[in-house]
Amino acid sequence: MITRRDLLKYAITGIAGLAVPTAAIQVLSSKKIFAGKGNVSNVRWIFLVNTYKCVGCGLCVKACKKENEIPYDANVTRTWIERYVITKDGKVFADSPHGGRDGFIMSKIYLGKGRYQDIKEEDISKAFFVPKLCNQCDNPPCVQVCPVGATYQTADGVVLVDRTWCIGCAYCIMACPYGARFFHPVYKVAEKCNFCYHRINKGLKPACVSACPFSAREIGNIQNSNDPIAKIIKTERVRVLKPEFGTNPMVYYIGLDKEVR
Amino acid sequence: MTEIAHGELWTAKELWTVKELFTYPNEYIYWSIQIVMYPFMTGLVAGAFVLSSLYHVFGVKQLKDMARFALVFSFALLFIAPLPIVLHLLQPFRGFYVFMTPHFTSAIAAFGVVFFAYGAIVASELWFIYRKHFVETALSLKEKHNKTPSEWVKYLIFRVLTLGAYDISEKALKTDEKAIKILAGIGIPVACFLHGYAGFIFGSVKANALWMTPLMPVIFIMSAVVSGIALCILTYIVAIEIRRFFASRKALPPGSFQSKEDTSGVDIHTIKTTSNYLLFFLILAVSLELLDLIFRGYTAVKAWDILRVVLYEKKLISLFVLQYGIGSLVPFVLLLMPRLTIKRAIVISVLVLLGVFMMRWNIVIGGQAFSLTFAGFMHYQLPIIPHNWDTFREGFFGALSIMIAPFILFWIFNKIFPVFDYKESH
Repeated sequence: MITRRDLLKYAITGIAGLAVPTAAIQVLSSKKIFAGKGNVSNVRWIFLVNTYKCVGCGLCVKACKKENEIPYDANVTRTWIERYVITKDGKVFADSPHGGRDGFIMSKIYLGKGRYQDIKEEDISKAFFVPKLCNQCDNPPCVQVCPVGATYQTADGVVLVDRTWCIGCAYCIMACPYGARFFHPVYKVAEKCNFCYHRINKGLKPACVSACPFSAREIGNIQNSNDPIAKIIKTERVRVLKPEFGTNPMVYYIGLDKEVR
Repeated sequence: MTEIAHGELWTAKELWTVKELFTYPNEYIYWSIQIVMYPFMTGLVAGAFVLSSLYHVFGVKQLKDMARFALVFSFALLFIAPLPIVLHLLQPFRGFYVFMTPHFTSAIAAFGVVFFAYGAIVASELWFIYRKHFVETALSLKEKHNKTPSEWVKYLIFRVLTLGAYDISEKALKTDEKAIKILAGIGIPVACFLHGYAGFIFGSVKANALWMTPLMPVIFIMSAVVSGIALCILTYIVAIEIRRFFASRKALPPGSFQSKEDTSGVDIHTIKTTSNYLLFFLILAVSLELLDLIFRGYTAVKAWDILRVVLYEKKLISLFVLQYGIGSLVPFVLLLMPRLTIKRAIVISVLVLLGVFMMRWNIVIGGQAFSLTFAGFMHYQLPIIPHNWDTFREGFFGALSIMIAPFILFWIFNKIFPVFDYKESH
């Protein structure tokens, strides 16, 4: 017969005994071991978009959809192009039909709900294109909110999604201030741009970068002081999108306007 | 059909999301009706528990009957509370990963811990309250000879429920009472945490201009208590009236009398006391919501331009008419009017429940009614007639199933934890 006092005694001893090996799990975290061996990543992927060079042809979106097997006609995309038209009376128009996949071949602006707005050329004060993609934030809110840890940041800074572990709650989609995330139409899990991680790890460029005929999109490694893209970011005037969210984006822009959303 | 995206399905057929002006291509209403149901249901769980604790902890004697009822109902609601999330998940069978690999920087990951902690507290409190009943039922069935198969099952269930503790002496019951009080006391902060964290899920999303406010968890807790009390009043009255209806039709053997519980109606004093608490929490909840609204308008940061359009134009009906008008102001006036009647209490409860539901709706759907660009809008259309699994689970009938489920569960639980006939020892 076990008494209450004995039960409590055993319970306390048991918990104390378990606490020791449990503490060891903390000490032996793989991240710390890697860091201790000097295996700190010397790669930090960054992206540079020169909006002056973008003509809105949509080749990057097409290439991305094919490379990353995002159903071509589904209205979701890892990367997209936004068109901004600002008129002389200060009005701002913007659209991105099909993410700009088919190129901006019409001068009419899409207003949603099947409506279009025609703007006369003489009324335009400025107009430009802004390609968008995942910012691979240094402080990614999407990773923070994932309840199961299915989305994570690699040592070289790219945020990935584990398709076998994502539960499809959409919390990460809600947390992203850039609208970069969506549900994959086939796999039914969270999906996003990952700088074509499978390509950049083999020394290739992301599909969109390779597809861009005007070098509006470039990828580089900020840890490498000889990297030409890293040099541009360090020496020229660049901006990031929505810095007020404290996400610390790693996609830099040249020629960003105050009207860009 | 596999080639169609989650959001694509809704836009292509203009079923759920209709976009207006400039939105990012990937933006849709990703959190739909089930995410409205989720905080609504957990709110009812927490609210019902707080109501029951008013008696167990603070000794509000008038709430004795209501307290037992509220606790059993809270337990029934608790089992349903996670279901909206499961129905919402695109990978429902992976839902248990939240317990397996909780990622604790996420508010949702806390769900497993809080949910089970709360469940354990309610279950053990119920066990202490009904222990005497379990023992008595088990003993009386044990002594009975020639048990029918159903009585055998009942006997086994109740024998297990006693957990081997058959001591129902005066002294043992006194200890039970102490345990109930302690558990109810611990339960209040845990219930508040259960719902406060649901508010935190929204309040901590910095990308969403409408959601992001530290007031969100507090507003959620207050409105949770409001909805919980309202649902308890409503169900309590309806349940007693149904019992009375059946009791009056029951043919009695000659010479026997109907018991008092069968014939007496709802005790208006219980309803009045409960209504006072409803009024108190309603004032708190609405004050906080208005504070939030006024503060946003007064500080008018960048997002206010679009929020103003959303609140005053796009969501005018659902926010100011349904939530604040019919759901808060009307019941507020009805509660202040003297000489509360049962019928009026029913009207008040229904309106308050509508108001709280609309509050959840306006937060969840309203928060996605404007684009992250602050330059476009999205309109949500609730799928009514389901034509596939997606439009069922995230449609009207999916939500309706979630609404009905706790009542069925409560009816089953009432067989084990008799709410109405049971005479407590204390």
